[in-house]
Amino acid sequence: MIHLHRRHLLSWCVALAAMPGAHAQSDTVKIGLILPMTGQQASTGRQIEAAVKLWQAQNGTKAGGKTVEVIFKDDAAVPDTTRRLAQELVVNDKVAVLAGFGVTPAAMATAPIATQSKTPMVVMAAATSAITEASPFIVRTSFTLPQATIGIAEWAAKNGVKKAVSLVADYGPGFDAEKFFADRFQLNGGQVLEKLRTPLRGPDFAPVLQKVRDLSPDALFVFLPSGQGAQFMKQFGERGLDKAGVRLIATGDVTDDDQLNDMGDVALGVVNSHHYSAAHNSAANKKFVDAFQAANKFRPNFMAVGGYDGMRVIYNALNATKGQGGEALLNAMKGQVFESPRGQVLIDAQTRDIVQDIYIRKVERKDGQLWNVEFDVQKAVKDPGKLK
Amino acid sequence: MLTLLFDGIAYGMLLFILALGLAVTMGLMNFINLAHGAFAMAGGYILIVLMQRHGWPFLACLPVAFVVTAVAGALLERTLYRPMYGKPHLDQVLFSIGLTFMAVAAVDYLVGSSPQTVQLPGWLRTRFEIGTGHWQLGMGAYRLFIVATCVALALGLQAILGRTRFGSRLRAAVDDPRVAAGLGIPVNRVFLVTFAVGSGLAGLGGALGADILGLDPTFPLKFMVYFLIVCAVGGTSSITGPLVAALVLGIADVMGKYYVPKLGAFIVYVLMIAILLWRPQGLFVRQAGR
Repeated sequence: MIHLHRRHLLSWCVALAAMPGAHAQSDTVKIGLILPMTGQQASTGRQIEAAVKLWQAQNGTKAGGKTVEVIFKDDAAVPDTTRRLAQELVVNDKVAVLAGFGVTPAAMATAPIATQSKTPMVVMAAATSAITEASPFIVRTSFTLPQATIGIAEWAAKNGVKKAVSLVADYGPGFDAEKFFADRFQLNGGQVLEKLRTPLRGPDFAPVLQKVRDLSPDALFVFLPSGQGAQFMKQFGERGLDKAGVRLIATGDVTDDDQLNDMGDVALGVVNSHHYSAAHNSAANKKFVDAFQAANKFRPNFMAVGGYDGMRVIYNALNATKGQGGEALLNAMKGQVFESPRGQVLIDAQTRDIVQDIYIRKVERKDGQLWNVEFDVQKAVKDPGKLK
Repeated sequence: MLTLLFDGIAYGMLLFILALGLAVTMGLMNFINLAHGAFAMAGGYILIVLMQRHGWPFLACLPVAFVVTAVAGALLERTLYRPMYGKPHLDQVLFSIGLTFMAVAAVDYLVGSSPQTVQLPGWLRTRFEIGTGHWQLGMGAYRLFIVATCVALALGLQAILGRTRFGSRLRAAVDDPRVAAGLGIPVNRVFLVTFAVGSGLAGLGGALGADILGLDPTFPLKFMVYFLIVCAVGGTSSITGPLVAALVLGIADVMGKYYVPKLGAFIVYVLMIAILLWRPQGLFVRQAGR
């Protein structure tokens, strides 16, 4: 008798415990944000986290009539971990959106989960062209490497660089950068002497830089993931490549706003192409940078903008669907046009990838600080990786 | 070509200083200390914190890095390591790798996980160039400084081990601790000092190498394999073994990345396998003893 009674009590307890949960679920919408907060790509996670918090501080936690709750998870940029966390977020937390993804392998590992669970997945950082093709549920708010690369390739060919060497990090985005630099540079009459790759982890650039020096090209084109730029610039200077007449050209990942100030004089005059500079001259950007710096001790970089716009895309879509998730939410993300701190952008409805302006910039000193100053622009660049 | 050789030597010398302490504890005390890299990382962070946050001069930071990690090593030896000496190797490995993970998490918490960059003083950032063309020798002042420091350290250590009373006590204690203790040699104290110096050297190596190897909280895990390779290839019974092994690995690594970039970092492992197939006990093994 006592036994039965106890079981009865227990079931009541369970029912009571479950009720507020079930109640809460109907008017909250959860976003699972997976970022590398530790490890080599930690600066990416830090930037995006700050940007997401800034977005919520500025725009509140309501969208589509529901309370938006962001669940932060750290994957340390290890793809297995990303996949596991995504699974947990979808199954246990019932998130409506997966977001974040600091590196390409992390995004690739998660793509099947987004497809199977029909959960929209907003890629805020990873930039290999092929990511959006890995799942019909992926929407990207960062950029693609081919997009960022062709700008500098064209500029170099038209500005006296005849022979170049390319140096990229040995992983997905690096291959994109290498391929599209060579294609576009050769199309404009340039010649690529050698294509060098350097391991993603533990970069000692001494051997590759020595090789570049011995090849003595007009320019060295570099892509490295966000966070490795400072180390590279230092070794570039120490090996005397700047004095040996090798020009450094790059994608904006290398002259990352987050680290630019620590790089010193060797970075001055480096020409690069990218979609965002903290020095971008617009009212929207000034507002964004001021608010970001007021809340954090560091300058926003292109990762922060990817996170900020990612939140905007999610909020806009939630408002359109009145908080409904799944395919309806995905469809509401497609085709959005808005004014980002980087300029006008469009989420292409067909490719679910971002269409944006690419700026040609030069590192200059202003008010004692180093900035990427924009001096030319290519309007509304679609990802060249998907034009075939 | 010569420039590459020089870079390889500098890299090898750095590996030597970093791995020496491990070789000593492994070979002399028969203890596998996988937390060795954590001492190196501590040295690197001491340099960063003192130099970047408190404005100390670079040269003053190096001895501090050595002393602080040596003292930390001595304390840990006394409190944590000594009870582990008698335990099986698996226990030692699990224990010390646990320490490593704790160190990684602690640094992550205290300093943050982003990679640190060292701002070297101007006089170490210059570059000397001799000759032209294929045989040009270009030497960064900093790498030259590393080579000089490490050569001096290697010679000094060899002299201490071979010529002094402490050296002979240490060798005796290693060969047979029981007999040595019976002869009145304070074995525990000898081991304590050895462990402390080994940790201090790792700290110094970490401080010197922070600029070239890069420094972030995963440092001990990233370079653990390299340290172990140096010990495995060089053997652990002398200073010469790890020195030669570290030099060979450093040069092979740099040359490999230059001439066969496709194989890249894999060259080191190929070389290790080849050497160990040829001499399974390592390059230099003392035949006598034990």
